[in-house]
Amino acid sequence: MGANVLEKAAEKKYRVVGQSVPRRDGMGHVTGTTKFVGDVHYPGMLHLKMVRSPVPHAKINGIDFSEAEKVPGFVRVLTHRDVPKNIYTILCLIGVGPDDEPVLAVDKVRYQGEPIAAILAETEEAALEAVAKVKLDLEELPAVFDVEEALKPGAPIVADTGVNYFIYEGHHCRRVRYGDVEAGFAQADFIVEETYNTKPIEHAPTETTGCVAKPEADGRVTVHTNTQALYFSLDNTALILQVPFQKLHFVGGTVGGGFGGKVDVITEPITTLAAMKTGRPVKFIYSRAEEMQVSSPRSAWRLKYKDGVMKDGRIVARQITSYADAGAYNRHTPYAVTKHAANVAGPYTIPNVHIDAHCVFTNHTPGSAFRGFGVTMASFAIELQMDKIAATVGLDPWTIRFINAYRNGDVRPHRKVAEDVTFIETMQAAAKLAGHELPEHLLAMNSWDRNGGQHD
Amino acid sequence: MASKVVSFTLNGRETEVMVKPLTTLQVVLREQLGHTATKTGCRQGGCGSCTVLLNGEPVLSCLLPAEDVAGQQVTTLEGLTPIDGLHPVQRAFFDHYAVQCGYCSPGMILTTKALLDRNPTPSREEIVEAISGNICRCTGYTAIIEAVEAAAQALKGGQNGR
Amino acid sequence: MGVNMTKVRGQGMAAINYPTGMNLGGDPSQALIHASTTGNFIISLSSTDLGQGLKTVIAQIGAETLGVPFDTVIIDTADTDTGPHCMGTFASRATHRVGNAVMMAANEAKKALLDVAADELEASPDDLELDGNGSIVVKGVPDRSISVIDTALAAHFKHGKTIAGRGIYMKPKSKVDPLTGEMDPDSTEAHACTVAEVEVDTETGEVKVLSLKSAYEVGQQVNPALVEGQIVGGALMGIGHALYETTNPYYPAIDHGPLNFSDYLMPGPAELPEMESVVLEFPSSNGPYGVKGVGEMTANCPIPAIVNAINNALGVRITTLPVTPEVVLRALEEKAAQA
Repeated sequence: MGANVLEKAAEKKYRVVGQSVPRRDGMGHVTGTTKFVGDVHYPGMLHLKMVRSPVPHAKINGIDFSEAEKVPGFVRVLTHRDVPKNIYTILCLIGVGPDDEPVLAVDKVRYQGEPIAAILAETEEAALEAVAKVKLDLEELPAVFDVEEALKPGAPIVADTGVNYFIYEGHHCRRVRYGDVEAGFAQADFIVEETYNTKPIEHAPTETTGCVAKPEADGRVTVHTNTQALYFSLDNTALILQVPFQKLHFVGGTVGGGFGGKVDVITEPITTLAAMKTGRPVKFIYSRAEEMQVSSPRSAWRLKYKDGVMKDGRIVARQITSYADAGAYNRHTPYAVTKHAANVAGPYTIPNVHIDAHCVFTNHTPGSAFRGFGVTMASFAIELQMDKIAATVGLDPWTIRFINAYRNGDVRPHRKVAEDVTFIETMQAAAKLAGHELPEHLLAMNSWDRNGGQHD
Repeated sequence: MASKVVSFTLNGRETEVMVKPLTTLQVVLREQLGHTATKTGCRQGGCGSCTVLLNGEPVLSCLLPAEDVAGQQVTTLEGLTPIDGLHPVQRAFFDHYAVQCGYCSPGMILTTKALLDRNPTPSREEIVEAISGNICRCTGYTAIIEAVEAAAQALKGGQNGR
Repeated sequence: MGVNMTKVRGQGMAAINYPTGMNLGGDPSQALIHASTTGNFIISLSSTDLGQGLKTVIAQIGAETLGVPFDTVIIDTADTDTGPHCMGTFASRATHRVGNAVMMAANEAKKALLDVAADELEASPDDLELDGNGSIVVKGVPDRSISVIDTALAAHFKHGKTIAGRGIYMKPKSKVDPLTGEMDPDSTEAHACTVAEVEVDTETGEVKVLSLKSAYEVGQQVNPALVEGQIVGGALMGIGHALYETTNPYYPAIDHGPLNFSDYLMPGPAELPEMESVVLEFPSSNGPYGVKGVGEMTANCPIPAIVNAINNALGVRITTLPVTPEVVLRALEEKAAQA
């Protein structure tokens, strides 16, 4: 069917779809007239800056704002006592829980940079000066930074649940069980094992995260934001502020780079609260330093592969134990781990698969969404592992992938029947582009028929 | 320290503004004069999104005290845009998909304008060097380099920029 | 030993799949369309453009389905007082989900438009078609036609009818079986394969990516130039992830975290390799016009391809990211120690 589908696509005469028309927002961008959140300015607007934890894990014994209050231009401070429902609700809306992260720290901080109090001032300079003058009485606690250390008995406990892992319907990890890996290993000619490690990565959009909240005459609040998800931000803000959804009006849609970094709903709730408490417009835009160290990164991952492989290159069993470093709180990582579990065995058809994917809490900055959510680092590990398997068996990197390639109709480890699969065709096209000559039997393969013939 | 009046030429117009000591040109342009094409990607001199032209040369307005521009010529992207249509550099960026999110575009376009003013026929290496201080996270720079090359061609062909 | 003696080259490849859509579904997006009496169609959304080009591709899908000129389709996004619900721009879902919603809305609006035009032309709606240039014509009778704007004016002032449409797309939420992991975690699969060529300086540990040659299969492309923008931009991000980037250079330790662009290293234009790509289009079964999605996947294939190329060049097996000069030199030391 592959060739037929291609022909069909070529036959289709769309008028606009498939055409490289100019960008709709291009004129605004090249003239600098596109309005970004930072460009929103109101008279009498206050500036919000955060008091943040200088240490990764500590008990908060006290906070002294007396010197900060003396800074000219200081307006007020917000602490956890001011937040009606002091908990981020980003996951409850999609039915994943429990929500675990305070908007402002209560009695503990769990990562370096965790927000403790919000300072409002007439100018940004005054807000920063007041933040610098807040005295924190913190009692440092032992911290844990390594995902496997965090799971050992006796490790410092990060989460309020009492365990350093997210609980998936009563299980300590997201499990995938397909076939019998032990039987597969017993049958295999080779066992290929390796551990892969990655570090946290920053989205680095050129525009940092932020918003401006403005109280309106009718009692509503207009929030200009560069969130990637407008209603998601509105809903979470309303839940945290315990105001009816109708009271909020969110405006956005123009984002100076996102890459997943602007899905966290971190600035809107506190800024909206500040606007409601003061009756004045409030602006809160992350500094570059906050964007780099406080905004959630791509989680670090550790992935352990154990593969049973036959002499002819067929992978007959794959066991994966992986750990996502969620940092101190959930954010979107529990959901990322589920997506990861569905993809971490790779685009290969393997009869026996066993996956334990862990979402682990440590005293790192919470990780969250990032372009490739749960899959990017899986692809990294899988594709390095495929090269190791090829070297072990004595096949070239292309052949090992073709031999094991998934095709339409195959059942994947999470038991979904594969469709819209063109893995083989994509590899054939890349080989051609790169000038790599594939042997005839690989060129004859397609994603629709395992017997090499053409499907119709 | 008291505020003082700073006079300079902004996009060809005489401009006077009351400036607090150490206020950056970026803040004066954006917050006092409403010229928000000048962006604020890092305010550390690291990203180039705040680039403006000072007497035709690209400078980082986030690091420049506004008092230092007294008596000088400042050009922002607002000043590059002609009344009708686009400057050839803007046109090239638009045509070549050299903008994605658009946040680096003002700085990138002004940096390009300055490059082509002093070197109308830059090599690829010279283009790369000129834009190296301007961070773009979206495009992978290829389209931007192509746009600079196209702008150089267009300007050579007599479509005069200012 | 000459300077060039320290530089070795290697080639590596990788191939990946990438799933479209918020993995377990339950992520609806809506679109509303109405014709104004200006001759424009306004598509109201609350979806966001991160730079990938949503405002453009959605206007293309709307114009295609309505059969009207691209320039007459206005995108009004994103405002929660005027735009209906959208789950957001992430998970490579926007073109797929919002595009489907827009197609549904556009079909309803088109039907309303043709009903009015049929009255005006004294023809059956089934015999009418939009010519893509702003007119509705009787099939096979080109001189029997009415412009879209005249139809919109007639609908409003003469017939007292609206020309509007509503659309929504939702993949029902899938539950995960906690014991087996059985789930339905995606809507469709896009694919990529990259061949990377690198040069490694064994003296300094520095890696230079010489070329990236990739094939992408992303379903029907709505706007090939924007797809190319994702591929090239993602490739450079992939080089960054492979070789330079981290917020915790001594991870798991948290010290020396970069706070600015001088310390957080990203590839610049000087690090651009030779890049070439081909795009295959196998339409998906459920995307608008067969769209799959390309937003997220474009860094994923270059990363392992580059690291495989480094391992190929050096005869080592580096297994960590990023592959900094220090990582390269340590791998070479280990190799020397084993020899």
